[in-house]
Amino acid sequence: MSEQSHGGPEHSGAVEHAGVEESGKYAIDNPGIPPHRPRLADEDPRAAKRAERQVAVLFGISIIGTVLFFVGYFVVGQIGPDTEIGTVRLQNMLLGLGTAFSMLGIGVGIVHWAKTLMPDHEVSEARHEVRTEEDRQVAVGMIDDIVEESQFKRRPLLRNTLIGAVALAPLPAIALFRDLDDSDNRSELATENFGVERLRHTMWDSGVRLVRDPTGTPIKASDVTVGSAFHVIPEGLNELPPTEHLNQKAKAVVLLMRLDPQDLQISPEREDWNVDGIVAYSKICTHVGCPVALYEQHTHHLLCPCHQSTFDLTQECKVIFGPAGHALPQLPITVNEEGFLVAQSDFHEPVGPAYWERG
Amino acid sequence: MKALSQKRRHPIAGLALLLLGLLITGGLYSVASTMNQAQAATTGSTYSAEDITEGEKLFNANCATCHGYEAVGTQDGPTLVGVGAASVDFQVGTGRMPMQMQGPQAQAKPKQFNDEQTAQLAAYVSSLGAGPSIPDEQYLDTDHEDVDLGNGGTLFRVNCAMCHNAAAAGGALTRGKFAPGLDGVSEKHIYEAMVTGPQNMPVFSDSNIKPEDKRDIIAFLKEIETQGSPGGAKLGSLGPVSEGLFIWTAGLALIVGFMVWLTSRSS
Repeated sequence: MSEQSHGGPEHSGAVEHAGVEESGKYAIDNPGIPPHRPRLADEDPRAAKRAERQVAVLFGISIIGTVLFFVGYFVVGQIGPDTEIGTVRLQNMLLGLGTAFSMLGIGVGIVHWAKTLMPDHEVSEARHEVRTEEDRQVAVGMIDDIVEESQFKRRPLLRNTLIGAVALAPLPAIALFRDLDDSDNRSELATENFGVERLRHTMWDSGVRLVRDPTGTPIKASDVTVGSAFHVIPEGLNELPPTEHLNQKAKAVVLLMRLDPQDLQISPEREDWNVDGIVAYSKICTHVGCPVALYEQHTHHLLCPCHQSTFDLTQECKVIFGPAGHALPQLPITVNEEGFLVAQSDFHEPVGPAYWERG
Repeated sequence: MKALSQKRRHPIAGLALLLLGLLITGGLYSVASTMNQAQAATTGSTYSAEDITEGEKLFNANCATCHGYEAVGTQDGPTLVGVGAASVDFQVGTGRMPMQMQGPQAQAKPKQFNDEQTAQLAAYVSSLGAGPSIPDEQYLDTDHEDVDLGNGGTLFRVNCAMCHNAAAAGGALTRGKFAPGLDGVSEKHIYEAMVTGPQNMPVFSDSNIKPEDKRDIIAFLKEIETQGSPGGAKLGSLGPVSEGLFIWTAGLALIVGFMVWLTSRSS
């Protein structure tokens, strides 16, 4: 850039110019810079000495803070599974206070130094002058230079091949977006279609027993008294390897409750999905998948702790409040010949939040 | 007054006012949220005919207005036939009943009947219909040799923590109801709450969680009650709500204070 466009502390006249043209003077008189008031430390050497000591003390506090950190780190020692909770707390406190004081001491010290001892004369800097036509000419000149130096006009072969390349480059996006349509891909494999089809099914199947979480003991229908709530997993879940165990559990957890059958409003196609008022619903919220397990046994409300979605158990877990999009899926259950509660089938719809391919 | 009006333009006056406001708000809150927790009552599991008669008199005088004579229930209160002695001992022993006023939920308050009267009421109500009885001493002994704290913690997290909070600090439910914090609740009352399902709490009968497992849960609760917090101030163990409130008030006040100091001129 040219030398003139830098505004210096000296008077440039640009701002004043605009004002003078309209009214001949400023709307409000320029008050100028307030008079310089010397600080205590500027006049009194003892005050300066005191400020110097204060800054030194602040830097000293920072040094002590750093030492405190290393006392916590090395002297208190390694934290292991057998460490007393008091020791953990002591170390946490020393590390935290040490770091805080070590940083704060430096920061406060430097600011105090600058405020009391470093020179405090006022400086005013005028606005840059605006010269429309001149700046426009400079910009036009730059573009002309680019066109000239890139030889855009002289070498049409390069220009045309570049235009061709840029025009073709976005085409792969069409192929990528087309892949999102999976209407003829229903594979359960994790490698196919991002494994999204696995969201459609859970471990529940015809005859799978309902067992207690986490013990895995089966539940007799007679165990479930009115007002009870059981936290339920499918039988066999606990035998899965750890990663698969969590993946399956995240889909299959169920809350089992018993109500007075008169309180239930059952739609015709779900007539035989409960056992004398014992109902089982997916615990995965249809909003963003938090476990909905806050059951109020008198109001028959199920509350999700994350965003307060509330489901009414008497109306087949219809959403009565909050951001959830659809009712919690119901697990159809029945009793086997030994009296244990078993699933009739898998859920009839995918559990959890809605997703693009859910349909 | 004059001294006060002279000091109000002092650079730290604003900061002092802010701190004072925070202190008053915090102080009022902590006073308002202090709840008296009723103490445990001694138990006697067998009731004499005299207990039942005395209990009936107490019932008719204090409870029948809402629960009806013979505890058949009215519009204002449910029937108590079949709720059992454990329910009476919990509700009366923690001061929840008699209710101070109709509301979303009966709240714990200083109890209004002594241990003997509570036992008489329990005797009368349990004579009306069978229900959960007051728990056996052996299932309340948290120092018992078979106690497994780890099992108690696991069961607590699966069955209780979603309402009562992972640190048993309690939490909000719908429409003004809440799950109370469990700090300072006696072993017997925790057990009774599990078997009877007071208010909107579901029932965790002995067929769901075995008495031994209930003892593990109680032992776990007593353990975390005595154990401190490894991470420093707990701020009520309420998670992001109280922590956010703290940092948005105390933290912001600190930052504002620094800004005022940074831009002020040295004298």
